[in-house]
Amino acid sequence: MEVMSRLNVQVTGRPDGPPMVFAHGFGCDQNMWRYVAPQFEDEFRVVLFDHVGAGGSDASTYDPDRYSALDDYADDVLALCEQLELRDVVFVGHSVSAMVGVLAAAKAPGLFAKLVLVGPSPRYTDDDGYVGGFSATDIAELLESLDSNYLGWSSAIAPVIMGNGDRPELAEELAASFCRADPDIARRFARVTFESDNRADLRRVATPTLVLQSTSDAIAPVAVGTYVRDTMPNATMVLLDATGHCPNLSAPEQTTAAIRAFVSEPASAAP
Amino acid sequence: MTSATGGALEGFIDALLEDDSAELYDRAPCGYLSTDPDGLIVKANQTFLTMTGHQRGDLVGKRRFADLLSAGGRIYHETHYAPMLMMQGTARAIAFELVTRDGGRLPVLVNSVLDRDPAGAPIVVRVAVFDATDRREYERELLRAKQRAELSETHATQLAQTLQRMLMPPTPPVIPGLDVAGVYRPAGDGSEVGGDFFDVFEIKTGDWVVVVGDVRGKGVEAAAVASLARHTLRAAAIGLVQPSDALATLNKVLLRDETERFCTVVFMRLTWDGAWRAVVSSGGHALPLLSRDGALSVEIGQPGTVLGVVDDPLLYDDETPLQPGDNVLLYTDGIPEGRNGNEFYGEERLAGVVANHHESAGALAEAVVRDVLDFQQQQARDDIAIVAVRVPLPVSSEVG
Repeated sequence: MEVMSRLNVQVTGRPDGPPMVFAHGFGCDQNMWRYVAPQFEDEFRVVLFDHVGAGGSDASTYDPDRYSALDDYADDVLALCEQLELRDVVFVGHSVSAMVGVLAAAKAPGLFAKLVLVGPSPRYTDDDGYVGGFSATDIAELLESLDSNYLGWSSAIAPVIMGNGDRPELAEELAASFCRADPDIARRFARVTFESDNRADLRRVATPTLVLQSTSDAIAPVAVGTYVRDTMPNATMVLLDATGHCPNLSAPEQTTAAIRAFVSEPASAAP
Repeated sequence: MTSATGGALEGFIDALLEDDSAELYDRAPCGYLSTDPDGLIVKANQTFLTMTGHQRGDLVGKRRFADLLSAGGRIYHETHYAPMLMMQGTARAIAFELVTRDGGRLPVLVNSVLDRDPAGAPIVVRVAVFDATDRREYERELLRAKQRAELSETHATQLAQTLQRMLMPPTPPVIPGLDVAGVYRPAGDGSEVGGDFFDVFEIKTGDWVVVVGDVRGKGVEAAAVASLARHTLRAAAIGLVQPSDALATLNKVLLRDETERFCTVVFMRLTWDGAWRAVVSSGGHALPLLSRDGALSVEIGQPGTVLGVVDDPLLYDDETPLQPGDNVLLYTDGIPEGRNGNEFYGEERLAGVVANHHESAGALAEAVVRDVLDFQQQQARDDIAIVAVRVPLPVSSEVG
C-alpha cells in the first residue's frame, strides 16, 4: 500500500470499469486533470496520482538518486498499476508524463491497451537537425526562473489532499500549494525532464497511441508532436484548436472529446 | 485631519473623479496589460511600454504575453503560471524576466487575474507588471545566502557523520563465544556530534575489552577528545595487567592534553578460561548492569574517579564470573538522564528493561534505545552509546 500514499493515488469512477490512469506533467499536480478526468468516471475506473515531490505526494520519499531519470518515474507508474492490479490500462500522460507513459509501455508492453500523449516531446532541446524548441541556455534560464520563484515557496505549505467537490476553481487551501513544490525537487525534476532524450524509445512502443497536439504550444510545437506520431509504430494525432501547453485546462471539452473518440475505437493492429 | 482641511480633501477627490480614466490607466505606477484567454495582448498602458521600450503597434493584436518572456520564463509560464491562472483565476507575485525591445532583460513581478463570463468561459486576463530590478538583486543575494547556508549545513552533517564514525568501531563488534551488540545514537536530529563513544577489541586470544565512555560536552571538540580517549585505551590495553592501568594511562593523557575536557569511562575486560569472567574498572562512569535468570539487574564493579581531573584517581578492579544466560549492559548517561518534562528516565526503568530482555544482545540494545526514545518522544537531548553482551546458553547437541 506504500505506493498509494507515496503518490497520493486517488481512484474514482466505475470500480469494475476498464482502468484509465492520468499522469500530470512538470510543474503542477493531478488537479491538472480536474476538467477532464471526471468525464470518464461513468465508464472507466479513473486513477489519478501525483509524482513524488508534487501535490499531495509524500515528498519525504523523494531521493535524488532514485529519481535521476524519467525511467524512475515510469517505475512508479508500473508500481501503481501493480498495486491496483490494473490490466489493459488506458494511460493518459500530459507533457513530460507522455514520455513517462512511453517508457512504462516499453518496459511492460502487455500492460497498456492505449496511450494518450498530451503535448508530448521526446527531446526538448535542439540537437543536430532535430528541432526540440529549446537551447541549453534556455533550460539554464528555466532553472533560474525556478530559483527566482523559490521565494514564493514556503516550507510551511503542507501537502493538501484534493477534495472531491466539483467546484470550478480550486479550494482556497489547495490554491496555496497548487503548482508550488519544494524548489529543490522542482529543480531536479526540471533537469530530468528537459535533459531527457527519449526519441529512440518511441520506436519501441507499438501500443495504439493518440497524440493530442495544441496548434500553438510553446513547449511542444506541432513539429514535435508530428515527429512523435511519425516515429511511433502505431500512433495517430489530433490537432486541437487550442493555445498553450495545457489543452486539458484551456480546452477541456476538445481534449475530452478526442480522448473519448480514441478510447471508443476498437484497438487495432498497426496499419 | 481637521475640519479646516476638509475642503482641501474634497477638492482632491473632485480632481480624482474628474481625471481622465485613460490617463489614470496609462500613467498607473505599474505596467498594465490585458490579454485574451490565449494570452494575445489586446491592451497595454504607457507605463508598460516605457518599461519595456516596446511600441504599442508591435504588441496589440500581434504578440502574446508569453512571447515577451525569456525562454526559461516561457516554460515557467506554460508549466506553472498558466495552469495557476486557469485553475485559480489568479496568479500572484510570479517572477519573470521580460525581454525589452533592445533585447535586454527586465526582472518583473507579475500579478494576474482571469475574468470569466457568467457562464464561466474565460474572457480576459488582466496583468499588472512591476519592475523588480532592485528587488531581484536583493532576492538573488538572499537566495545565494540561503544556498550557501544549505551547503554549509550539508557539509556540517557530513562532518558530524564522519566524526561519529570515529567514536565506535568501524564494523559491528564480534566476540567469538559471546553475543555482542553496540549502538551509538546522536542527540536530536543526528547533525550534532557528542562525546559518547564505545569500543570492543581483542587483546589476545580469549581476552577481550569492552569500553563505553563519555567526554563531557558536545560538538567537534568533545568528539575529538572522545576519539583520542578511544584510541588511547586501545593502545594502553596492550600488555595490560588490570583494566585500571589503562584508565590511569588515559587519565595521564587527558591531563597532558591541552583540552579542559574530562571523561568518564567504564572498562570491562572479558576473559575465557573455560568460563567467561568480567573484570570491571570505572573512571567516574555508570557501572555495568548484570541481569541473571530474569532477576532485576545489579551493578558490577565499584565507582572510581572521573578521568582528566586529578593526578591520582581512585580506580578499582572487580572480577565477576559470568554464567550462560547472563546479560551485561554498558551505557552512557544519555540513557538514565533522558527527560520527559521534569522527570528523568532513571536507573530503575533501565534495570527493568535489562531484566526483561533475554533473547539476544541486539534485542536488548534495541529495546533500551527504543524505550528511552519513547520516553522522550523521540527527541533525545543527549547522545547515547551502549554495548550489550550476552553469554549464550549452551547449544545442546546442535552443531552449526
